[in-house]
Amino acid sequence: MKLARAIYAALIIFFLVAPLLVILPLAFTSSAFLTYPIPSFSLRWFEELVVRSVWSRAILNSLIIAGSTTVLATALGTLAALGLRSLGLGLRGQIQTLFLLPMVVPAVVLGVGMQAIFVRVGINSTYFSVIAAHTVIAIPFVLISVSGALAGIDPRVERAAESLGASPPRVFALVTLPLAMPGVLSGAALAFATSLDEVVLTLFVAGPNQRTLARQMFSSLRENISPAIASAAFIIIVGTVLVAAALLLLRRKRA
Amino acid sequence: MNRLSRPRAFLLMSPLLLFLGLFFVWPLVSVIWQAVSDPAISRVLPRTAAEIGGWGGEGVPSDEVQAAFREDIVANTDDMAMGDVTRRLNSSQSGFRSLMGKTVREVRETPDIALIEIDDRWGETAFWKAIQDNASPYTDAFLLSALDLQRAGSGEIEAMPAGSSANRTIILRTLWISAIVTLCCLLIGLPYAMIAASVTGWKRAVMIAAVLLPLWTSLLVRTAAWMIILQESGIINQVLMGIGIISDPLVLIYNRAGVVIAMTHVLLPFMVLPIYSVLLTVPGNLMSAAASLGAHPVRAFLRVLLPLSLRGMISGMLLVFMSSIGYYITPALVGGASDQMISSVIAFYATQSANWSMAAALGLILLVLTLLLYALYNRLSRDPVPTR
Repeated sequence: MKLARAIYAALIIFFLVAPLLVILPLAFTSSAFLTYPIPSFSLRWFEELVVRSVWSRAILNSLIIAGSTTVLATALGTLAALGLRSLGLGLRGQIQTLFLLPMVVPAVVLGVGMQAIFVRVGINSTYFSVIAAHTVIAIPFVLISVSGALAGIDPRVERAAESLGASPPRVFALVTLPLAMPGVLSGAALAFATSLDEVVLTLFVAGPNQRTLARQMFSSLRENISPAIASAAFIIIVGTVLVAAALLLLRRKRA
Repeated sequence: MNRLSRPRAFLLMSPLLLFLGLFFVWPLVSVIWQAVSDPAISRVLPRTAAEIGGWGGEGVPSDEVQAAFREDIVANTDDMAMGDVTRRLNSSQSGFRSLMGKTVREVRETPDIALIEIDDRWGETAFWKAIQDNASPYTDAFLLSALDLQRAGSGEIEAMPAGSSANRTIILRTLWISAIVTLCCLLIGLPYAMIAASVTGWKRAVMIAAVLLPLWTSLLVRTAAWMIILQESGIINQVLMGIGIISDPLVLIYNRAGVVIAMTHVLLPFMVLPIYSVLLTVPGNLMSAAASLGAHPVRAFLRVLLPLSLRGMISGMLLVFMSSIGYYITPALVGGASDQMISSVIAFYATQSANWSMAAALGLILLVLTLLLYALYNRLSRDPVPTR
């Protein structure tokens, strides 16, 4: 019984992790096909990402869009989380539900609606439209993360600061914000990762000039599968890990 | 800071409220609007649309209505839009194509001409009725046709002729695939969550990390990985052929099996985590208590552990089902033509055939379904007492 459970758990762990272990080594294949065994290791597909302008342009676009999305979503989400915190429980629950809805609404439906209004206002297929779209779906992650950090702050600490004569802005700057910082930073990392991985909304609101890395991967998965996809996947994973690590470091330094 | 006043709280939230209002609520409202609005006639023939509402539907409309109709024709300068109107009217009442062409020509020459002199058909009730039926800026035609329904000439709702539209097939297929994926996630995830909750230390840490790792990695990357694994020359086929179980490669990609495998992998964390978190709150000695009272392990499982994890199971099933009905990327990449789900059809209508009304109507159906499931999930996850 015990052995059976261990085998079962191991099998499912394998099922969960294996796909990631399969794709990453293929980023370094020298073959023109995404298959095993890997004949020899080479960086030719990374070179392709840098040299071919469709890919290098897409990487640049992803950095611009994910960076702007992170700043915008983190600012809006953090402010709102601070506001939510001081509301009564009932009202807070209702507003929070509204703020979390972008996570629930099917992306295709949102994409159709966004394209319609962006076209009407005349801003479709611009960087702004893509950043706005990504920010909408990144906000719930920031909000959850910051709200979690704020909930963990002991109110007595802030009251102590107040009773020692600190003005409300000083309490905020010196007590609340530093204590909430871990939540803000992990929210920012999640926002960056969300934008980096977004495909569906991008299909609707981006023009050929705003093609992101994920969007480019999506179309090459549909049209011509090449190991460049594995290299792009490698970049997405490494990019996410790097941003998370950088924010973690920043958090250490601040704390 | 905890004693912020309510106005200041709203001041802090206002940028986000404004942003979501513009870029989230407005797009969704526009989808709903597009699904039910049909301005083609009322925009080109505004005066007629305003006047013809008062007509009782007997004989032919009054002279005022006819005069309004002539004025609209003279005032209109957009031939494309008039073409749309003609097409729409012709689909409710055949004969309009020739009638409108003739009428527009003659009225433009002599604006005061009596319509009946142009063509006898303006004396028939049916033609005016068609204009009246289409004059409203709102319609349920798109929503009905999203469900393969239409209105008969008499106004009653009827099924479309068989073979003319596949929307209902696709909606049922979406629900069916989602149900299979939910079931697979439950069958795999329930034992896994139970084992994870029963072990401790590094074993638990590894089991939970294995669930969280895919959750944190890009969905696109995971789908790409499955394409690599499942393809004809992929690892599964290589291994199976290598050990001689099969001689020809299995077809695992661009079919239903591939979609179910990849979606189960992507959504499994949403099943495991709710069950696991519910089981963590169950006292560990309950099973041994049941055993000490003489219950067979199977009986103890069925009567104690399973009912206690029911809440987590229902939350997980709702989450997985809700996410899968709206899935686009995985079926689009791993599925074949007969595995496309409702999202793919919406995307097709919107991007390839520029049929915004149908895209919006199907989108509205998907949206309502998703929000209903979310409301149910919210209720269950807030309810503090386990529902039995």
